[in-house]
Amino acid sequence: MIFHITVLLAFQLLGEGISRALLPVLPGPVLGMVLLLAAMLTVPRLAEAIRPTANGLLGHLSLLFVPAGVGVVGHLDLIVDQGAALVAALVLSTVLAIAVGALVFVGVARMVGQADE
Amino acid sequence: MSEVWQLWTYLSEGPLLWLTLTLMAYLAADRLSLMANRAPLANPVLLAVIMLAVTLWATATPYETYFEGAQFVHFLLGPATVALAVPLHANLGRVRKALVPMTAALLAGSATAIAVALGVGYALGLEIEPLLSLAPKSATAPVAMGVSERIGGAPALTAVMVLLTGVIGAIVATPLLNLLRIRDWRARGFAVGVAAHGIGTARAFQVNETAGAFSGIGMGLNAILTAVLAPLAASLF
Repeated sequence: MIFHITVLLAFQLLGEGISRALLPVLPGPVLGMVLLLAAMLTVPRLAEAIRPTANGLLGHLSLLFVPAGVGVVGHLDLIVDQGAALVAALVLSTVLAIAVGALVFVGVARMVGQADE
Repeated sequence: MSEVWQLWTYLSEGPLLWLTLTLMAYLAADRLSLMANRAPLANPVLLAVIMLAVTLWATATPYETYFEGAQFVHFLLGPATVALAVPLHANLGRVRKALVPMTAALLAGSATAIAVALGVGYALGLEIEPLLSLAPKSATAPVAMGVSERIGGAPALTAVMVLLTGVIGAIVATPLLNLLRIRDWRARGFAVGVAAHGIGTARAFQVNETAGAFSGIGMGLNAILTAVLAPLAASLF
C-alpha cells in the first residue's frame, strides 16, 4: 500500500519536474500518467502490483472533487452575476460536445472497421 | 453549554473535523447515489458538496478553515490522475484498435465544446472577460485555469465553470447517450472525458470500467488539445 502510493507520487513528481522544466502546457499529473504507462509497458509486473490501489483510488474519484466543489459554492455569485447567458453556454456546450464526440466516435469506428468486439 | 462551545471552537479550527466531515459527507452521498441506482441526478459530488456547503454556512465556517482539513483529499487528485495509467494499460489493446475513432472524436468533441461555449456566450451578449474564461472550461482544472490566464480570461471564474461543466456532463451523459442509442462503452466514456474531464470520468467509472478507462484517456488528450485550440478560438474575439 505504502509502496503503491510511493510509486504514484514518484511519477507525479517526475511529471511535475518535466512540466516545469520543459512542457509547461501539460500539467504534471497528466505527464506522470504517460510516464507510468510507459513504465508499466516496460515492467508488466508493476501494473499487477499497483492495480488494487489505483482502482481503489479511481473507484472513489468523485470524493476527490468535493473540496474544490465546496469552494465553488462560495463563488457561485460570479456565475449568477453573468446571468442566464453563462448557464446556457455551459449547458449547451457540454451537451453538444458529448453528443458530437460520441456520434463521431461510433460513426468513424464503423467507417474504418474498428467497431468494438 | 460553554464547554460544548469550547469543544466546538477547538475542533472546528483544526483539520481533523473537516477532513472527517468531508469523508462522511461523501460516504453518505455515495450511499444515496447507490440507493438511487446511480441515477444521474443523485451525483455524489453534487450531493456531498451541498451537505458540506450547508454545514459551513450553518456554522459560519470560512472556506479557508474547511480547506485546511479538506486539502488532504484535494491533494489526492494528482496521484489519482497518475493512477489513470492503470485502466489505460489494462485496456491498451482496445485503445490501439480505436486510435482512428478516438482521434476523430477528440477533435470533434473538443472543438464543439469550445465553439459552442464561445458562440452561445457571444450571441447572448457576455462581456469579453467571462466569454474568454469559458473557452477552456472542458479541460481539467489546472490546464483550464492556465489557458484562461493566457488568453485574457479570469482563472477564478474558469475554475467555477470547469466544476459546473463536470457536474452538468456527469448528470446529462447517461440520459443523453441513451437517447442517441449509443451502446459502445468506448464512445460513451471517451466523449464524456473530453467534454467533462475528471468529474465526467468519475461518473463513467461508476457505470462501466471500459467507459471509465476511455474517459480518462479523453480527459488527458483534451487537456493537451484545449491548450492548443482555446487560444486559437479566443484570438477570433
